[in-house]
Formats: sequence, structure tokens, C-alpha cells
Amino acid sequence: MKKKSKFARYSTQDKALLLTGYILLGLFVIAIIIPMIYIIVASFMDPVTLQNKGITFDFDKWTVTAYQRVMSNSQIWIGFKNAVVYSIVFTVVSVFLTLLAAYPMSRADFKGKGFFNTIFVITMFFGGGLIPTYLLISNMHLLDSMWAIILPGAFSVWNMIIARTYYQGIPGELREAADVDGANEMVYFFKILIPVCTPVIAVLALWQFVAMWNSYFDAMIYLNDSAKQPLQLVLRSILIQNQPESGMISDMQSTAERAQLAELLKYATIIISSLPLLVMYPFFQKYFDSGIMAGSVKG
Amino acid sequence: MGGILIAFQEYNPFKGILGSEWVGFRYFERFLSSPDFMTYLGNTLKLSIYGLLWGFPMPILLAFLLNRIESTGIKKKIQLVLYMPNFISVIVLCGIVRIFLSVTGPVNLLFGSQINFMTMPEAFRTIYIASGIWQGAGWASIMYTASLSNASQDLKEAALIDGANIFQQIKAVEWPAIKDMVVIQFILQAGNIMSVGFEKAYALQTDLNMGTSEIIATYVYKKGLLDGDYSFSTAVGLFNTVINVILLVAVNKIVAKMNDGKGL
Repeated sequence: MKKKSKFARYSTQDKALLLTGYILLGLFVIAIIIPMIYIIVASFMDPVTLQNKGITFDFDKWTVTAYQRVMSNSQIWIGFKNAVVYSIVFTVVSVFLTLLAAYPMSRADFKGKGFFNTIFVITMFFGGGLIPTYLLISNMHLLDSMWAIILPGAFSVWNMIIARTYYQGIPGELREAADVDGANEMVYFFKILIPVCTPVIAVLALWQFVAMWNSYFDAMIYLNDSAKQPLQLVLRSILIQNQPESGMISDMQSTAERAQLAELLKYATIIISSLPLLVMYPFFQKYFDSGIMAGSVKG
Repeated sequence: MGGILIAFQEYNPFKGILGSEWVGFRYFERFLSSPDFMTYLGNTLKLSIYGLLWGFPMPILLAFLLNRIESTGIKKKIQLVLYMPNFISVIVLCGIVRIFLSVTGPVNLLFGSQINFMTMPEAFRTIYIASGIWQGAGWASIMYTASLSNASQDLKEAALIDGANIFQQIKAVEWPAIKDMVVIQFILQAGNIMSVGFEKAYALQTDLNMGTSEIIATYVYKKGLLDGDYSFSTAVGLFNTVINVILLVAVNKIVAKMNDGKGL
């Protein structure tokens, strides 16, 4: 009842405006949902029907062949395993470095603050560029090693600023109380500060995990060994370069059949590869607002 | 970062940075005087400027609309959907775009046509920007919705009592709450127009749409790592970075002037 009365308070003009707005919002939501439903349905279709008519809703004709073929391919699983390892290691290393670096930067009594701040900000906008970075990685003999894609991006200045701003928002009484109880810096940082920063840590961890999981450029230039490639590179050859993993379609006789099957496999590949993050992210949603606002206010 | 020196050298991997011959600005001159220079610079600028013009207002609009939804339950559900595309990877997004727009794909099936959008240079920017809004607008609206939730309740009540219409309410209550956020986001994005992402442009690139899809970032990659032209590629990359920094500083100054001296 309360809702209705609020909407009724608007003038006719405002109601029209609001309605137009909601319709736009609705269209945007539909524009997101429809392609997703299409991909889900298409992944269960028979390849010939899919190519000639698009999707149909004859549930009895649905098959899971596409999934069987994709899942029985070892390269996909290697990619998954690598992506999980890289993303977890990257997230742990990155969040740890960020939280540590942000602590002195949050303290007013830290002497070199201005100097470090300048250095950090310079690296935010100015870097060596592709080739110098590549040569550096190559000279450190990190090519074809997981650290080549983890170390260069591990420290993010932007995330450090966010963590720093979050620390600064924590009441100083906490520090004073810890002092009275005789806690040294280490104890204060690990036992008191870190636990109260859970929202911002959750957001930073999610960001870094998603960023590593979804990126492909660094892996493309540094990791040539197919046993070390993360999921996105495997996906790239299937989805972008149109080269299904061998064995996925090789039992088909004609070129046309292979092409149709390859098309079908793309849909199943998209679902299988995107599901983990899409299932995971709603659990983090409660942290989004608080964590993101934490750092961005003061920039 | 010391590797930047390569841009001013005839770099030879066997001699290293210390042993290679200095050539001054030769590679910069070669790039600036090549006929491709204007094309790649134009492609980069157009892609990001159009992207900014279309993409920047969308999240703000979404935030205003979300803010007007009274039921938190419905709002949360809509947000869940709006944020979803952000968690799809660039490769999967580009894969979806390629499948949907292919000759036998759903878009052509729907219209009974046979257009191969991915090979059309004139379609590239639209595809790039529209898919970017599809993927990113919802996620980018978080910052604005969060700022809006901090809007002064007193002002809101006062505006309602005064019988302000929606435009007046936005002007008096909501805009002041998000103004700073809008300014910061604008400076950051406008200052980054030269660093348009490599990953997506490269994944949407085909041999035939190269006329609009070849941007400086993809050119640097191809020249440097595929052709092994280290010094030239580094020079082009450095040129790009310098322009970017100049833009960032300039935008920051301009916005600060317009915004009573408050920039980044």
C-alpha cells in the first residue's frame, strides 16, 4: 500500500517521465537476459536445426552432446586448472602486497609518504610499454612461467589507494586502545586492522580474481607452452580463431557437418567457461557498495 | 621503465641496451611521417571518444532510475542482472558477438538477412561500443547508486514538501550527491582515451575490418612482437603514453576550472 501512495504523489508529467525511464531500464534488462537465454537453449540444440532455424523449444529433441564433447576435451580442463591456480595465486599475492603497502601510506607520521606517493602515481600513468616489459620478463627468464603473468600486475596502485582510504576511515581510537594494551605494529595490523577491513578486502580480492581469470593478453605473449595456457587462451582458439580443439569434431565426415558442430560447441563452451564466475559473484554482492565506495570518494 | 631508451636506439637484442647504437628520434619520425599514422591515431581517438560520449552517461542514467525504485527487493534483482555481464570475459563477450553477428547467426536469422557484420569496417565501432555498454554500464552504475544512497534525506524531504517535480529533485538533491563522483570518473576516463583496451579490439578484429579496428595498441603489438621491430614498436608505444599523460593533465585542469578548483 505504501508503495502505491508514493507513486501516486508524482504529477502526471512525472509519472510519464518515470514510466519512460522504467521502460528503458526494462529494455536494458531484457537486452541482457535474451542473449543469455538464447545461448543456454542453443547449447542443447541439434547442430543442423540450430544452423537452419535457430533455437526451438522442442524439449524432447534437446541433447547434451555438445557438453559431452567439450567436457571430454583435455585442453579445456588444463585451461581450467591453470586459470584457477593463476587466479588464486595472483589474488593472494596481489591483495597481500596491496594491504601491506597501503598501511604506511595511510599513516600521517610516515616520513617518506610524499616521495612514495609520487613514485606510485607515476607508475599509474606511465610505464615502459609492451616491448621493454617483454624484454624484462624475458631477461629474468620468466617466459613460460606462471610468474610472468602474475608479477607484473600484482601491485595495483589504484587498489592501494582504495585500501589506504579505507584504513584512514577507521577511527583512531582503535589504534590508541591497541597501544594501551601494548600491541605493536605487527599485532595491530594483522590482528586488529585486517579483520575490520573485510569488506574492502573482499572487493579487492574479487576484482583481482576476476581480472586474472578473464584476461588473455599477458598469457598470450608470455606463455607458449600449451600445458600452461589458462582457460581464456583455450577459449580464444575455439571462439575467436574458429579452431576447435582437435578431437572435438574430428569424427565428423563432411566439412559442413564439422562447421555446424563447431558452431554448436561454441555455445556449450561459453556456458561451461562462464558459469563459475556467474555463480560465484552474487555471494560477493553485499560487499560491492561498501567496498567500492570506500576508496573512490577521495580518489 | 628504463627500457624506454630502446625507442631512441637501433636496438639489437644481442648487444643489449648498453651496446646498441643511438639513433635519436628516428623511429618517432618514421611513425609520424608514415601514411598509417593518421589512420591509427584516428581509429584510436574515434573509438574512445565515441565510446566515452555514448558510454559515460549510461551508468548515471541507470543509477537515477535504480534510485527511484521503491522496492529494495526488485532493485536488488535488477542489479543482479545488470552486473552479470561484467563477469563474462572479454574473449567470451567477443565470442558471443561474433556468433550472434555471423552470417548464419541469430541476428541474421531473425531478419532473414545475410550480412557479415564482422567484416564491415563501418560496423566495428558500433559493435565495440554497444557491446561495451551492454557489458559495463550496469557495473559502472554501482558507484553512482552508492553515492546516491548518501544523498541528504533532509533535502529530499524538503524537496517533496515543496512539490518539486522530478527534474527539480534531481537538480537539488541527487545531482549534488553524485557530482564529485561524476567529475572524478570523467577525468579518469577522458584522461585515458589513448589507452583504449588492446584485448577487446584485438578479439573483435578481422582481416576485413582492419580499416577501423587497427588501433595504436594492436599496431604496437603486431610491430613489436610479431614482426620483431622492437625499437619502432617501443617508440610508437611511448608516443601513445606521452599523449595520454598530456591529455590527463589537461582534462584535470579544465575540469578543475569548471568545478571551482576541484580536480583530482
